[in-house]
Amino acid sequence: MLKLTVNGVAHEVDADPEMPLLWALRDHLNQTGTKYGCGIAQCGACTVHLDGQPVRACQTRIGDVGEAKITTIEGVSGKVAEAVRTAWRGLDVVQCGYCQSGQIMSAIGLLSENRKPTDADIDGAMDGNVCRCGTYQRIRAAIHEAARTLA
Amino acid sequence: MLKVRQAAPPVPSRRAFLGGATVAAGALVIGFTLDPAKFAQAAPGPDLSGLPPMPNAFVRIAADDTVTVVIKHLDMGQGNTTGLATILADELDADWATIRTTFAPADATLYNNFAFGPVQGTGGSTAIANSWVQLRKAGAAARAMLVAAAAERWKVPASEITVASGTVRHAASNRQARFGELAEAAAAQAVPKEPRLKEASEFTLIGKKLPRLDSVAKTDGTATYSLDVRRPGQLTAVVAHSPRFGGTVKSVDDKAARAVAGVVDVVTIPTGVAVLAKDTWSAMKGRDALKVTWDDSAAETRSSDAILADFRKRLDSPGLVASKKGDAAGAIAGSAKVLEAEFTFPYLAHAAMEPLNATIEKAADGTYDVFAGCQLQTIEQAVVAANLGVTTDKVRLHTQWAGGSFGRRATPSADYFAETASIVRATGGKAPVHLVWTREDDMAGGFYRPMVVHRLRAGLDAEGGITGWEHRTIGKSIMIGTAFETMIVKDGVDATTVEGASDTPYALPAYRFEVHNAREGVPVLWWRSVGHTHTAQAMEVFIDELAHAAGADPVAYRLGLLGGAPRLSATLKLAAEKAGWDPKKATDKNRDKNRGLGVAAHESFGSYVAMVADVTAEDAKVKVNRIVAAVDVGVAVNPDVIRAQVEGAVGFALSSVLRNKITLKDGVVQERNFDSYEPTRMSEMPVVEVHIVPSTAAPTGIGEPGVPVIAPAISNAIFAATGQRLRSLPLDLSGLKGA
Repeated sequence: MLKLTVNGVAHEVDADPEMPLLWALRDHLNQTGTKYGCGIAQCGACTVHLDGQPVRACQTRIGDVGEAKITTIEGVSGKVAEAVRTAWRGLDVVQCGYCQSGQIMSAIGLLSENRKPTDADIDGAMDGNVCRCGTYQRIRAAIHEAARTLA
Repeated sequence: MLKVRQAAPPVPSRRAFLGGATVAAGALVIGFTLDPAKFAQAAPGPDLSGLPPMPNAFVRIAADDTVTVVIKHLDMGQGNTTGLATILADELDADWATIRTTFAPADATLYNNFAFGPVQGTGGSTAIANSWVQLRKAGAAARAMLVAAAAERWKVPASEITVASGTVRHAASNRQARFGELAEAAAAQAVPKEPRLKEASEFTLIGKKLPRLDSVAKTDGTATYSLDVRRPGQLTAVVAHSPRFGGTVKSVDDKAARAVAGVVDVVTIPTGVAVLAKDTWSAMKGRDALKVTWDDSAAETRSSDAILADFRKRLDSPGLVASKKGDAAGAIAGSAKVLEAEFTFPYLAHAAMEPLNATIEKAADGTYDVFAGCQLQTIEQAVVAANLGVTTDKVRLHTQWAGGSFGRRATPSADYFAETASIVRATGGKAPVHLVWTREDDMAGGFYRPMVVHRLRAGLDAEGGITGWEHRTIGKSIMIGTAFETMIVKDGVDATTVEGASDTPYALPAYRFEVHNAREGVPVLWWRSVGHTHTAQAMEVFIDELAHAAGADPVAYRLGLLGGAPRLSATLKLAAEKAGWDPKKATDKNRDKNRGLGVAAHESFGSYVAMVADVTAEDAKVKVNRIVAAVDVGVAVNPDVIRAQVEGAVGFALSSVLRNKITLKDGVVQERNFDSYEPTRMSEMPVVEVHIVPSTAAPTGIGEPGVPVIAPAISNAIFAATGQRLRSLPLDLSGLKGA
């Protein structure tokens, strides 16, 4: 049994320590907001926070998580998270929406470190998050909008 | 590839499909693209007479005032839940804040797509167009029943009652009621057969910016996609497929697979070997441990290069005539100048963010529940039923949010539904089965945009006018061999192979469009904008070449040929104007170094789109700086959703312009994930500006029509920037140099 703390709640998971956190979250803990897109860290759909830092859940073995606090789209909160969600909704960023959990988790990570990101900063932080619907223009605008409300 | 037991699905009406057919010079030009405006106007409203009136087939009003609109289409991101709800809510005079949506069950009688005949399904950018009159009537009927209920309760004439924003009022007696208070009494009223519909000037929601109805659930993790379906006791199934299309299982050694922790069962099915496990990770590990020997005797074993070489050879011979006028060859022979060009297009995977998956659960009474991103409900229901050996009434579909599709979730064979059903059958329905295709399965699993080659030849007279146009195309037909063949394929010509070319709006004095149907063993399918994905590139790049050869401004040259296409002309003019197109600069030999503007205009699915691309091109690199688009989609139901679809089309298509291709080596697909088939990324996304042509015409679609013009606008801009003409996709930038 492995202990995982997800969104402030401690869980016991009976699974192979090699199992990627992505599948433990989705299949064992029923936290399906974190998405599977590629399984090889090429798309960012599975982005979650480990102690506040964005990581790819498909590349994070549950045996390696240890005491780190896991935050997913379902539980992410605080001033930055609220600003990001509000901007996403105000600009109607989503289309199919499947990648947006990961986009939002990456954007919160960026704005937590950098309250006034430039376009180049956004490229750097967000290039690992693929949106096949092509919502990038609105994602960029929403990050700038969230930065404005946080200022 | 898939040998499945499949019932013949109901055949969509030929008349509906041929709604846009036109006769050109004795050849029938089949309009699979139809003219959605036409069938939108002709579409009958729902017959509500046999139903409980409130709730009816499209709207339910609850005591808490919430108004639930029943959505008969799949929303794979195109925003049609918001659009369809807007249409109904406007006629109902509902309060937008109270609007909810639910996906309709499978019912080909109530929820068919008028463009598809008696088939429920989503595609061809028809959702808004085919629902326009239907949902207005449904909303207006519900409104009239609320008014009738209020008139009865207040004992006042219905004509004195007004409705606005979810409240029914009688001003003279100063009485009012919310929808929820009247819903039950309204349900007892007679259903008006022909309720009065609003004039455009009376619309309160249509044409306004409304918040998308799915924005909240898609930003907090609560939206349930097909991959998120969790049924009690469900097992996850991962299937080992033949690495070659058409390969079958010869033998299986599943001992090691069964020994993997979490693996519950291993079954051989028509499409491969399925490993069932308690979670996805265990199923994938189990599959890795399988030892399968494949029988490739009937498989496609050629490389894509070899197939392409075969295509080119066949193009030397005449093909089937798709359309013709006059003596094109003779006209070209007497020309002052003759231009020739060849365009090749690779297979393309749809690569939606949510890989294919579906869940089927057997109920205690022997019926089945299907949970998936259902896109062709009538066919999917029939295919599941046939594979489970039951009648269709024993199969219920529960449509979920789809994480993209771009055409892939709508297969005429309902391939992944059939596969899920065959696993349920092989395991006796003991546990719900969730079939999950990994990214690699999804990308290597076929049903690609066909590989296509176009060869064109045209003549110019001394003044630069076109004398004749010869155009030969080869590609595998999407429709031949499917249930749609009889409707779409005429005299061997699949309209979806030549749409956007053989029915060109350009006034050509003589032309001949021919097509060869290729027969390779690679499964092909419609890919966001279908035939227009390649015909628009061939037509719009070649017309640009002719304009330059004629020494003419590419915009003016097109307008000169578009006299018979006023809406496309107006759209092109608007894009050029908004982009700051300068005719002098377009033909100036001393144009900006390495930076140029390119234009393209194209009609598809009854919608008109023009784009101007601004690119910087040098040293084997292209940066698309800005795209200015103009679109005419008739009435713009949700202008902001329309803008989003065009912005997204650019992001979606850009990687197919710059790099994406699916290749085969000895029959094996080489690209298997986003590392070798890389979608557009944030840093590559140009600024996209979208302008909507004001219109009172019946609305058409915008899910697909933004895509066709992107590649030619960029290709033509690269020519403007460098003088180098790149035709084939993805663009080969290796030889690109600065001007």
